Amino acid sequence: MAVRKPPITTREYWAPGHAACAGCGCAASLKLATKAFSEAMEEKYGDPNAFAVAQATGCMEVVSAVFPYTAWKAPWIHVAFENAGAVASGVEAAWKKLGRKGKILAIGGDGGTADIGMQALSGMLERWHNVVYLMYDNEAYMNTGIQRSSSTPYGAWTTTSPPGKYSIGEDKPKKWVALIAAAHRIPYVATASVANPYDYIRKMKKAAKVDGPAFVQVQCTCVPGWRVPPEKSIEVTRLAIETGVWPLFEIENGDFHNIKIQPPGGGAKVTREGGKIVAIEFKKPIEEYLKLQGRFKHLFKQPEAIDVMREQIKAMWKVLGVEVTLPKPEE
Amino acid sequence: MAESPFKAEIERVQKEYSEKMTPGAIVYIPGSSVVNKTGSWRVFMPEFNRDKCTRCYLCYIYCPEPSIYIDEEGYPVFDYDYCKGCGICANECPVGAITMVRETK
Amino acid sequence: MPIRKVMKANEAAAWAAKLAKPKVVAAFPITPSTLVPEKISEFVADGELDAEFVKVESEHSAISACVGASAAGVRTFTATASQGLALMHEILFIAAGMRLPIVMAIGNRALSAPINIWNDWQDTISERDTGWLQFYAENNQEALDLILMAFKVAEDERVLLPAMVGFDAFILTHTVEPVEIPDQELVDEFLGEYEPKHAYLDPARPITQGALGFPAHYMEARYTVWEANENAKKVIDEVFAEFEKKFGRKYQKIEEYRTDDADIIFVTMGSLAGTVKEYVDKLREEGIKVGAAKVTVYRPFPTEEVRELAKKAKVLALLEKNITFSVGGALFQDFSRALINESEKPKIVDFILGLGGRDVTFKDLDEAFAIAKNALAGEEFDEVNWIGLRKEIL
Repeated sequence: MAVRKPPITTREYWAPGHAACAGCGCAASLKLATKAFSEAMEEKYGDPNAFAVAQATGCMEVVSAVFPYTAWKAPWIHVAFENAGAVASGVEAAWKKLGRKGKILAIGGDGGTADIGMQALSGMLERWHNVVYLMYDNEAYMNTGIQRSSSTPYGAWTTTSPPGKYSIGEDKPKKWVALIAAAHRIPYVATASVANPYDYIRKMKKAAKVDGPAFVQVQCTCVPGWRVPPEKSIEVTRLAIETGVWPLFEIENGDFHNIKIQPPGGGAKVTREGGKIVAIEFKKPIEEYLKLQGRFKHLFKQPEAIDVMREQIKAMWKVLGVEVTLPKPEE
Repeated sequence: MAESPFKAEIERVQKEYSEKMTPGAIVYIPGSSVVNKTGSWRVFMPEFNRDKCTRCYLCYIYCPEPSIYIDEEGYPVFDYDYCKGCGICANECPVGAITMVRETK
Repeated sequence: MPIRKVMKANEAAAWAAKLAKPKVVAAFPITPSTLVPEKISEFVADGELDAEFVKVESEHSAISACVGASAAGVRTFTATASQGLALMHEILFIAAGMRLPIVMAIGNRALSAPINIWNDWQDTISERDTGWLQFYAENNQEALDLILMAFKVAEDERVLLPAMVGFDAFILTHTVEPVEIPDQELVDEFLGEYEPKHAYLDPARPITQGALGFPAHYMEARYTVWEANENAKKVIDEVFAEFEKKFGRKYQKIEEYRTDDADIIFVTMGSLAGTVKEYVDKLREEGIKVGAAKVTVYRPFPTEEVRELAKKAKVLALLEKNITFSVGGALFQDFSRALINESEKPKIVDFILGLGGRDVTFKDLDEAFAIAKNALAGEEFDEVNWIGLRKEIL
């Protein structure tokens, strides 16, 4: 039997021995991101190592670089929580002056990106630095012990959005940073998921190869924060795609009229017009996604909250130009 | 079975390793975390059935450590020095070639 | 040949940056420092300075971009003041802790509230624990010279610390004076290229900068910043001497003026030193034995020089444009600490004055002198005195 080549480079920039939790979706997302980046740099510049990483404070920062150890095999810098975009801008400016070929990979979690790092991100995108900003979105401040961020989805339990007599948990819909990034009309914006690794790798490579800024928002599981068993870490994010909770899309040059949508799978019926996806009929109810996670457990006692969530998801898809139907679970 | 690529890494790191404080607490040995054997965290371990494996590489792609590498024939090999026993590989394997068994050490 | 031009301190700072040839400048507009990035943009636009000018969206990002650029291994410059410096506060510690020799020009300005764009030193004084070296200029020439020297000290392998050079808002930033611009060739010789051996973010030799320090390592990391500050004392002397040899202008950590046989020595910083020297001349003409001293290097704190100075006087009268509430000025704290274990020491009287751009006049200095005289006579005196307060509106 012929040996197939592994689908991605076996070069590692994210070494084992780091302290991420067992089953960490974010660790998997960084491992793949750096591999994809390396392939892109090899294809574009003939040098697989032609990149540096600027990372915000967060889980993936504290688990990967503890003096005198590092999991990083790429040049890597961490400065603070809210400034990965600005630090990456400075590194890129220096590389430009040094005549160094390559691209900078900025990394932040949802807190470091959607909240405290929003300004530095916007500045970096607007100034057109040659940087890919990767937002690993585990939907809360996990490093400090699971507090809500603006990227926490509606209904989720966190330690600062506890359900109670007067609370259903997080009461605001998720903020979609990818759309804000796209409003800067930068060359490339995408959402991705570790559960769809080939799509994710393709998007990271595309982001790495464009000239100018790019933004990728990848959903990845936090095992303790979402209260899922570690082995379900990938499965749960796959269900996010298949139930319509996590749309996979790409926006180039801020062209909101031509958003590229990736079919969600999971048996969903996709309707196209002129090649564009205009409607999706999902077959799996969002309850399948929710029930795997302890953070949504309380919602099953308040099914009307799940209906609110369904309406929010429809509204989100409408922004993307897609009419969706979301089934309710069979009685 | 191929030797884990991380074995050579450990040797490299141990040769250069120093706890000496550097200006700016900069870490000069890339990938030095390989000396931290996180396999000790494990409660369940993946058991691999080579006969069932179709070499789809999904386990290799998903492993967050990474503690899975690929041998010359394209089969995954599990490096138990680092595997934390999360079970993603077993859960995601489309042909059931990986099963999680309780650690016996 | 060096040329002489009439210019503001802000322009002198921009000229210093141009002469030092930083590869990356990141800055954000703020009164009274805005002219520095403006002038640098012009130099870049005209091809006179080959640098990337990163037009950031805040001071926090300005210093963050400088950290990124410096960590990537290039010479880096920025300028700010007051609220802008306060916004950078968090990253200032990090720049020093990561041992990145960024140089920053500061138009020393008051901090809010109330919002006030005029001069005092509260902005830089409030950053004295960050690990940055601090220099204070008396005039526009000093602003230019000290920035050049700050690069040399900061980048010295025994130091590797960021440095800020302060010059008084409006009094210097917006006031023209003749300034000698040194020869580029001589500056090139003096500074050389910045080629860091410790921090470079280079794919050919990947390193990790900004790792977490557990309790087992944190103290040692901070200790190296202490050590670097101690080393800087010697390096500053060397650099000052080399500068004098090359450019003919003499600098000292503490510059004394008519201190021999003085009973009372006024100690101050920045442009106020000019006024105080004139005041000393006036009193000397009246036969009164007073002198003046100017603190040019505030961090590292010149403890040894302060001890030498203290031997010359019976009273040290500290004139400072900053305040730690319920304690007094920063010089008061630092001078007291430098002298606390000396067997013989002068009395120290602290004067808080000139906050938020309030002019410091001879009348104010008379008020301070009267209190210092009381101290000299062994009478009771207040340790901390607010001078020039408009008591009628309180």
